[in-house]
Formats: sequence, C-alpha cells, structure tokens
Amino acid sequence: MKVCVLAEVAHHRILPVTYELLTRALGLASPGEIGALVVSGGVPEEEYEKLGAAGADEIIAYEAPWLERFRPEPYTAALQAMVAEFKPEIVLGGATSTGRTWLPYAAMKMHTGLTADCTELSIEEGSGLLLQTRPAIGGNIMATIKTPHHRPQMATIRPRSTRPATPQAGRRGRLHRREALPAWQQSGLTELSFTPIDETQELSSAERVVVVGRGIKKPENLGMVRELAQLLGAAIGATREVVDRGWLPYSCQIGLSGRTITPELYVGVGVSGAIQHLAGMQTSKRIVAVNTDSEAQIFSLADVGIVGDLLEVVPALNARLRAGGAL
Amino acid sequence: MRLAVLIKQVPDTRSVQMDETTGTVVRKSSDAILNPLDAYALRAALLVKDAAPGSTVTALSMGPASAEKALREVLALGADDAVLVCDRACAGSDTWATAVVLSAALQKHGPFDLVVTGERATDGDTGQVGPEVAARLNLSLATFVDEVSVNEEGLEVERKVETGLERWRLRLPALISVTKAIGEIGLPTLAGKMAARRREIPITTAADLGLDPATIGLKGSPTRVVKIFYPTLARKGRQYRVVDEASLADSVEAMAKYMAEVSAV
Repeated sequence: MKVCVLAEVAHHRILPVTYELLTRALGLASPGEIGALVVSGGVPEEEYEKLGAAGADEIIAYEAPWLERFRPEPYTAALQAMVAEFKPEIVLGGATSTGRTWLPYAAMKMHTGLTADCTELSIEEGSGLLLQTRPAIGGNIMATIKTPHHRPQMATIRPRSTRPATPQAGRRGRLHRREALPAWQQSGLTELSFTPIDETQELSSAERVVVVGRGIKKPENLGMVRELAQLLGAAIGATREVVDRGWLPYSCQIGLSGRTITPELYVGVGVSGAIQHLAGMQTSKRIVAVNTDSEAQIFSLADVGIVGDLLEVVPALNARLRAGGAL
Repeated sequence: MRLAVLIKQVPDTRSVQMDETTGTVVRKSSDAILNPLDAYALRAALLVKDAAPGSTVTALSMGPASAEKALREVLALGADDAVLVCDRACAGSDTWATAVVLSAALQKHGPFDLVVTGERATDGDTGQVGPEVAARLNLSLATFVDEVSVNEEGLEVERKVETGLERWRLRLPALISVTKAIGEIGLPTLAGKMAARRREIPITTAADLGLDPATIGLKGSPTRVVKIFYPTLARKGRQYRVVDEASLADSVEAMAKYMAEVSAV
C-alpha cells in the first residue's frame, strides 16, 4: 500500500475531511495503492462503500463501542496494527483536533517523522519520497519537508485546503474488518460527557463570509460590517489583529492560527492580507476586497478589489444593497 | 502536585524579517519573545496550583542560551523555578527530536504529575511536541483544552472539538495542551520581575540527560527541510480606485453586481 488516509467519523458518518484526504491520496498514488483506516464506534456498511467508490482500494475497519470518541492510546494501537499489516509508505490525517493529536502521538510511538498542517503534497522525482509543503513562521514562508529514512512518512493536511473526492461509478474498495483488541481499551482518559455542536452554525461551513481586518480602526465601526453581513446573509470572520485587540472573539479568527474557510463568497474589508490570513481563506471561490492600500496583498487574490476607505465604501455598499435588492 | 510547563522562545512573527537570499529568518535577540500561547499554559498550571495547595510549577525549555529571557518572563509571571536545556547537540531538532529531549528533561527534573503546554509555538506552528512527549512518557493526553479543574478524583478537562464539546477525566501523570480559552494571565508585577532577574536558571546539557547525540538534533530528526520559499500569489482580478463620489458609486456598483452574480450561481 502506498498511501493510507485516516478517516474521521462523527455521528456514525465518515466526515468530509476524509474525502479531502482521498483527493490528496489520488494525487500521489495509482489506483490499487490507496487505503483508508476507519476507527469508529461503528458506521453503516454504505459509508464504507462510499469510501471505496471515492478512491479507497483497501478499507481497514476497527469498530468497538469504546472507539466512538477519539482517545490517543486505542486509536494509535489501531493505527500501529494497520501499519504492521498493510505497510503503507505514507499516512495522511486531517489537521483537525483529532489528527493533530493522533498523528504526533503515533509518530513518536512508531519513531517516524511527521509534518504538520500541509497545504501541498507531491512525490519527489527519482527518490519517490513524499514532499510535504506547509506554511511556517506565521505563514511568512513556505517550507518543503521530507522524511528520508523513517516509515511511514506521515503528514497532517489542512482541512478544506482541497475539494473532497467524489464517488465514481463502478469503483469499489475491499473491506477488511479487524478486531480491536480489548487491551487497547487501556487509556488515561475517561469520558464524562459529550455535547454535539450544530455544524450549520459554524463559520467554517458558511457559504458567504464577511471578514473584517485592522482597517476597521475601532470596535465602534463594527456595526456597518455586521449590517453588510446581514444584507449578504453572511457569517462574520476576522483577522488575527482584530481578535488580538479583543474586538471579535477567537472563534471568528480566519487564518493559520484560526479557522480555514472555503466560502462561495469572501468579502474582506480592511483586510491587508498577511500571509497567515491568506492561508486560511485562499481557497474561497470568489473574493472581494476593500482596502486603502493599493499594494495590499489581499488584492493579489481578489476578483474585485476596491482601493478605498472601508468606512466610506461599506456604508455606501450597504445603502446600495438595501436599495437594490439585487441579492 | 508537581507541575511542569513547556516553554519556547520564538521570533516575534509580527515583526519577522526574512533574508531574501538565504530564505532564513533573520534572528535578532531583541525580536525573540516568549511564545504567546505559552502564557496560557502557565495560566492553566497556576490555576491547578491554586486548586491544589502545596503544588509547584517548573518551567522547562529547550533552546539557545538567550532563551533564558523567556524563562525569566515566566518566572516573573509566577512559575516557581525554571530549567533550560541548552546544548549545540540539540540544534536542528524537529518535533520528534525535541520531544525526546524534553521528555528526558522532564524525567530528570521530575517526576511531574501534570505537564502543560500551549496549543503550539507561533514559529513552527505544529503543536506536535506536546502529544509526542505524552507518547514518549506514556502520559494521559488531552489537547486543545479550554478548561481544567482538579478534584479528589483527579483532573477534569473540557475541550471543544469540531463536532462537539467533550469532558474527560484524566489519570495522572498527564499532559494537556491548552487554548486561549483558558484566559489571560495578566502582566508581571514589578516585584516579580525583580525577583526573576536575580534567579539562577540551571542549564542542562544533552550529556546530563544521558542522551545519545545521534538521537537528537538534526542527526536524530526523522524529517528534513528541503526547501524554503515565499508564497507566490497571482493577480487576477479587477481593481477600482475610490477617489471621489463618482468613483465610489462605480466601485459600489461593481461590487453589488459581482455579489449578485455570485448569488445567482
């Protein structure tokens, strides 16, 4: 097996991030060389079938009630058992709260290298090694990293940095059910409670997002941005500077140290476009930006860029949207 | 309880300067700061210390001699003592090798009941060292912790993940990484600063830790950086410039039209 992706499961469904990992795997390996490890409290058969149709040739499934929620020790035991049996050269996980805990825990246990939060992957010509590219130093630079001698080569991949793989007619995977050993239940963690979050409320899945940057100057000016968001039916996001000043909560932060978004429409007002912010929004489909500085980085990504003061432009735009009803 | 906080000194990414020819970060010691997310780790440790009287908090860092500055800052903020692992043999360590060094230091200066880390360091941005240390030392592990408390039964943590809000009980010894939700630590007092300035910070070497130089530093690191480059972005859009009433109206019209197109798609 060349590449194995680590599936994530919630509410008995395989999460979209898994299909994004499959897109990556399909870019690195040929059909027949791709695996998916599914550790869960149990998922319906058709979830495995869908995974196979989307590109997983071998599906390795561990199911047990005590695997319902991620815990480092049992999940790592399952991963190690899979690696011992299927010997993947490459293991990919999502750079999610689970992936960013599971993979480093497992990398230490397996004595191998791990690269965090990659945004690009490729195979090096000649050596066949995995080249892992990621932003570093607050997104000011990109670094390409490889693991020359240790196996498997492991990476976590930024969620939403690529589109999820879709099921192909006629494509099927082989399901390998494996037993989760009772000894794996040994864990330092005991679950006390779990409260699901309604994902539709999440900024990360909003179709339209208005993001406010330092150009807002003071929190009193946020009202006009809220109105714009309301007129567009958009969620509100913010750059790190705005969150650091305490003008909007951390849950709004877009960028390397916040959330990654891929909305249909991104509207940045007073956002200069620091690389660390761009890392969290550059896969947005359509980008509109307002900034006073014509050299602002955000304009290099914008489909429509307005060089002007947001304090002037936003109220005018709000008036136009209210009057026009074009949306 | 004996508590440890893992600390890193980082370049200030807000004022970071790159050497255009070598593609490396220009490091001036004046630009080096305490990793801002480590302040939350210290705050979490101090909260636990308050709840479990008699506890001590030890700050531990691996880095160059100048990293002593970050440790003094942590001492000024309330840590009881500090240890710096400083050795050329550690230079170039990736997260795996760093975790090996810090694990050895935790064992030598411990045993600790609880190790607290920040969510990640703002330079490497990996957040991997904490989980790797937990794996190395077989500590119970909870990452992205928003809330921590101690009671007779042990440690309880709350973590908000993508799918929901989890509460866990952790068996000790444990390692937790905490988020900004832990809350701000505030500023050091003048007295705290003065006292921290006079403190002796012991230096530990790789040999003190009994580490084989081949297992740490660049040599012991499974990963290699092969290339560093600047992100390139392609200009593709239309740009409008607001200089007067008329151009403001034109700009607004262009935006409104474009947004309307989007919603029609």
